[in-house]
Amino acid sequence: MTSTVHIDVHHLTRVEGHGNIVVNVTDGVVETCEWQVPEAPRFFESMVRGRHYSEVGRITSRICGICAVGHTLASVKATEEALGIAISEQSRKLRELLKHAENADSHVLHAYILVAPDLAGAPSVFALVETMPDVVARALRLKRLCHEWGSLIGGRTTHPTTVVPGGMAEVPTDKQLEELKQKLVAAVPDVEATVETVVALAPNIPAFDRPTEYVALSNDENYAVYDGQVQSVLADGAKQRYRVADYRQVTNEFVVPQSTAKYTKNKLESYAAGALARFNNNDDMLVPEAKQAAEALGLRPICTNPYMNTVAQVVEVVHSVYDSLRLIDELLDAGVRLEPLAEPTKHGSGAQAVEVPRGILFHEYEYDAGGICHGGNCIIPTNQNHNNIQHDFDVLVPQLLEADKSEAEMELALSMLVRAYDPCISCSTHCLDVKFVR
Amino acid sequence: MSKPKVAFFDFACCEGCQIEMTNYGAEPFLELLRHVDIVEFREAMTETTTEPIDIAFIEGSFTREADRARLMEIRKRAKTVIAYGQCACTGGINALKNHQTDYKQFVYGTDSDMPHLDSKKAYGVDHVIKVDYYAYGCPVNKYEVLQIVSHLLHGKEPVIPGYPVCVECKRRETVCRFDEGDYCMGMVARAGCGAPCPAAGIPCEACRGFVDEPNLPAFEKVLVERAGFTPQRAAEKGRMFTANALEAS
Repeated sequence: MTSTVHIDVHHLTRVEGHGNIVVNVTDGVVETCEWQVPEAPRFFESMVRGRHYSEVGRITSRICGICAVGHTLASVKATEEALGIAISEQSRKLRELLKHAENADSHVLHAYILVAPDLAGAPSVFALVETMPDVVARALRLKRLCHEWGSLIGGRTTHPTTVVPGGMAEVPTDKQLEELKQKLVAAVPDVEATVETVVALAPNIPAFDRPTEYVALSNDENYAVYDGQVQSVLADGAKQRYRVADYRQVTNEFVVPQSTAKYTKNKLESYAAGALARFNNNDDMLVPEAKQAAEALGLRPICTNPYMNTVAQVVEVVHSVYDSLRLIDELLDAGVRLEPLAEPTKHGSGAQAVEVPRGILFHEYEYDAGGICHGGNCIIPTNQNHNNIQHDFDVLVPQLLEADKSEAEMELALSMLVRAYDPCISCSTHCLDVKFVR
Repeated sequence: MSKPKVAFFDFACCEGCQIEMTNYGAEPFLELLRHVDIVEFREAMTETTTEPIDIAFIEGSFTREADRARLMEIRKRAKTVIAYGQCACTGGINALKNHQTDYKQFVYGTDSDMPHLDSKKAYGVDHVIKVDYYAYGCPVNKYEVLQIVSHLLHGKEPVIPGYPVCVECKRRETVCRFDEGDYCMGMVARAGCGAPCPAAGIPCEACRGFVDEPNLPAFEKVLVERAGFTPQRAAEKGRMFTANALEAS
């Protein structure tokens, strides 16, 4: 058994934002085992005060550069809820198509650029340009496709422009949607090759199981990404649904006595959000092609290995491509046209949620009669995952010591675990948790 | 001859401008790698360096004293520093809280006095170090970034527009937002983005900051007279991406 370990990963690489891993083990006693978040806080909930409702989604989009689409959608949906704005079926479908684009885009980035180097034994994707040129070229092709897909619907992918309270400020033409459909169909071989690449690398995914609670949006029509109720599933398959308006009953933000860190928990000591949580809640709603991919990748509910989150993301890429083809066909059948924006019918507060790449995202705002915002609350998936990561660490570190792993092997295993959650730390730091041991 | 060494660094921001680097597609990106060596880029690679750098891209705002030393160290190592994205150029969206005094209490409640939550006003990185070039925008215009890099590699001065976004709307024949019953900041906003927002049916929010000498009293007058703003909302309109310039004016 390894008895002395000092790991201090300052600003973990290949994650969004700044996080540290600190583990100190002396003579077999674990003295410190922490996932820390030192990101500079940015105070978005305070910034939106005094701003007009039309601006709020454009401000909170800037919480995150990777899931800007998701923040815009959650924000605009919450504003619409607060102001009693009902959007059209066409707007809902376009937004769902946009949500798929973002999830696929972010998952491709995460699987290929942030995670694959670990599985291929390289420090970064740049090192793979020489050794696996086809894979890197495919990654960049898929990334570009997702960018074009999201940009067509959202105006752009980093801080989208078209999603506004009341509907969509701009819509694609039927011809543009036809072209997008052709691009998605043409990308199917790349998507299939992605599954094959991950199948080939899968033996390098660490085996580690820690059953936890999995929380995701869920509905009875499809694999929920844009709309639904909050659902929890435990490792034994027991499910429970909650109204989105009651989200605080699920997130239960609390302060840890020794660190004043804000965490979330529901039924157990922590819960997980993200692709694996969605898969564990809603796998029966996946399109057949995605179910086949899950089968090929050995992913079955209820999967309790957090490292498999990346695999669940790849399954979701397949789902997003095929479900988007369905959405495009439905939009084309009806014919897409620019619609007037729906108007506010009341004022007050409203909460809404969407599934962003890293999990369930809640936004809530309060508006006065003049449409001016008086405050907001955003609960971000990474924030919900910090506590679960810490609990994974608490179980994983003793196992690694027991297995006689070297310090370098432990550091890699812990870094890979954090990366598997695909944390989006810039996002989470408006209500961050920090523990400084130095 | 060895390739110029390029590095990316991030401070308080959403890292969306870094993400824009991954959106070029295979050909432009791999072509870029033929001309430069990316030696440090925390979001994408594990490798780091303490060696001198030819071009440092700095993303994010200066919001706390703890970041001052790191910025100065980057400046010391870098031949050329580019403020990459609006947060680094002017403080960007982060400066939207600069006029508030209770933002820490509002977000963190009773925990707000803890030292790690220290956050002062947000500024561009030129508050601390000399910046050689500015890649404006929230997010950056990724093609303008390629152009800046290309100019530097060829020993030429990058040209950054100083004219307003209205020029670009006219060029692409976009109907004015005011004629659609909306408002817009295009008349005082720095161009260079290609004016995608008015073309997508939303107002320009001046995410690249103001033109060099914006006529703000006239701008507020237009917001009141043509878009029906209250004088207070008109006066505060510019805060979203240009709070520091507004305060200085």
